Amino acid sequence: MEWLSQLGRSGLRFFERLGRGNLFLFYVLLGSFSLLGRGRLLLQQMYSVGVLSMLIITVAGLFVGMVLGLQGYNTLVDFGSEESLGVMVALSLVQELGPVMTAVLFAARAGTSLTAEIGLMKTTEQLSGMEMMAVDPLRRVIAPRFWAGFISLPLLAGIFSAVGVFGGYFVGVGLLGVDDGAFWSQIQNRVDFYDDVLNGIIKSIVFGFVAAWIALFEGYDTVPTSEGVSRATTRTVVHTSLAVLGLDFVLTALMFD
Amino acid sequence: MFHSKAIEIAVGVFVAAGLGALFILAIKVSNLSAFSDEAGYPLQARFDNIGGLKVQAPVTMAGVRIGRVDKISFDDETFEAVVTLKVYDQYDQLPKDTSASIFTSGLLGEQYVSLEAGGDMDNLQPNDQFMITQSALVLEEMIGQFLFKAAEGGTE
Repeated sequence: MEWLSQLGRSGLRFFERLGRGNLFLFYVLLGSFSLLGRGRLLLQQMYSVGVLSMLIITVAGLFVGMVLGLQGYNTLVDFGSEESLGVMVALSLVQELGPVMTAVLFAARAGTSLTAEIGLMKTTEQLSGMEMMAVDPLRRVIAPRFWAGFISLPLLAGIFSAVGVFGGYFVGVGLLGVDDGAFWSQIQNRVDFYDDVLNGIIKSIVFGFVAAWIALFEGYDTVPTSEGVSRATTRTVVHTSLAVLGLDFVLTALMFD
Repeated sequence: MFHSKAIEIAVGVFVAAGLGALFILAIKVSNLSAFSDEAGYPLQARFDNIGGLKVQAPVTMAGVRIGRVDKISFDDETFEAVVTLKVYDQYDQLPKDTSASIFTSGLLGEQYVSLEAGGDMDNLQPNDQFMITQSALVLEEMIGQFLFKAAEGGTE
C-alpha cells in the first residue's frame, strides 16, 4: 500500500511539473510579443548565449570533422573508394552530428548558465522583486533568453557542420591525399539540399526550442536554495541531452524516406 | 557587460557567421547549385522498365551532363514508364532519332539516362518523344536469364 501511494505521488508530481512546464512555455510565447519593440534585450542575450558559445562549437566541429575524416578514410580505403570520404563526412555532419552535438554542447555551455542565472534570480528573490514593481519577469527576463537560444542554436549548428566539413577536408585532402575535386564533386552529387541539409536545419530548430525551454524552465522552477540551483543546473544538462537524443530519433524516423 | 557597441558588433559577426555557414552548406556541400533551375526544354521517353531511376538523375550525352530527369510517371494503358527529361536550352540540336537508354554508373552506382545521337536532319522539338529507348538492365533478370540459358545448355 505504501509503495502504491509512493508511485501515485511521484506520478502526480511528474504530471504537475509537466503541466507547469507547458504553462510556462505558453506564457513565455505569449509574452514574446512585447519583445518586438525591445531588440536590445534580445541582442544582449544573443551575445551571452550565441557569441560566447561560438568558440567551443567551432573547435568541436573542426575536431569532429577531422576525426571523421581519419576514421572514414581507414574504412573506405579498403574498398578503394576514398573519394566518398567527403560524402560520408558531410552527410553525417549535416544530418546527425551537427544538430545533435551542437545541442548537447549548447546545453552544457549556454543552458547551464541560463539555468543558474534564472535560478539565482529566483533564489535571491529578484524575480519576485520584479513582480512587485509590476514588471513581468517572463517578459523581461525569460522571453529574450528563450528567443536568443532558439535563434542561436540553428546558427551554431550551421557553423559546426560547415567547419566540420572543412576539418574533414583538411585531413582527407591535405593529409591523406584524397583528390580535391572528387571530394567536393562527390559531396555535391550525393548530398541533397532538401533531404539532407534542410532536414538538419529543421532538427536544429527543434533542438533549439527544446534546449532553451528546458534550461529556462529548470531555472524558473528551481527550489530556491543553493542546492536547488545546483540540482537544476545538472538536470538541465541531463534532460536536454536525453530530450535531444530521443527527439533526434523521432525526427530521423519521420524524415527517413 | 561590455560596451553595447561591442556587443552589437559581436552579435552581428555571430549571425553573419551562422548564416554564412548555412549558405556554405547550401551551395558548397549540397546539390543546390547543381540544379539551380537551369532553363531547359522537356522531352519524353517511354521505357518498359526504368529500374531504379530517380527524379533529378542526370541525363548525359557522350558522358557529359546535358540535363536531368524531371518527372517519372506510369501510363496505365500501355503499362510503360513515362520519363520526362529536361534538357538544357543550349543543347537544342538533338537529332530526331536520338535514342535514350538507362545505364548504371559503375557496377552498383546510380542510374542515369544516356542519349545517343542519331543521323536525322531534323531536331527534337520540346515535348517530343524518343522513338528508340532501351530499358534499364535489372541485375536479377540478367542472372535469371543466364541461369536459364546455362540450365538449357546443360541438358543438351
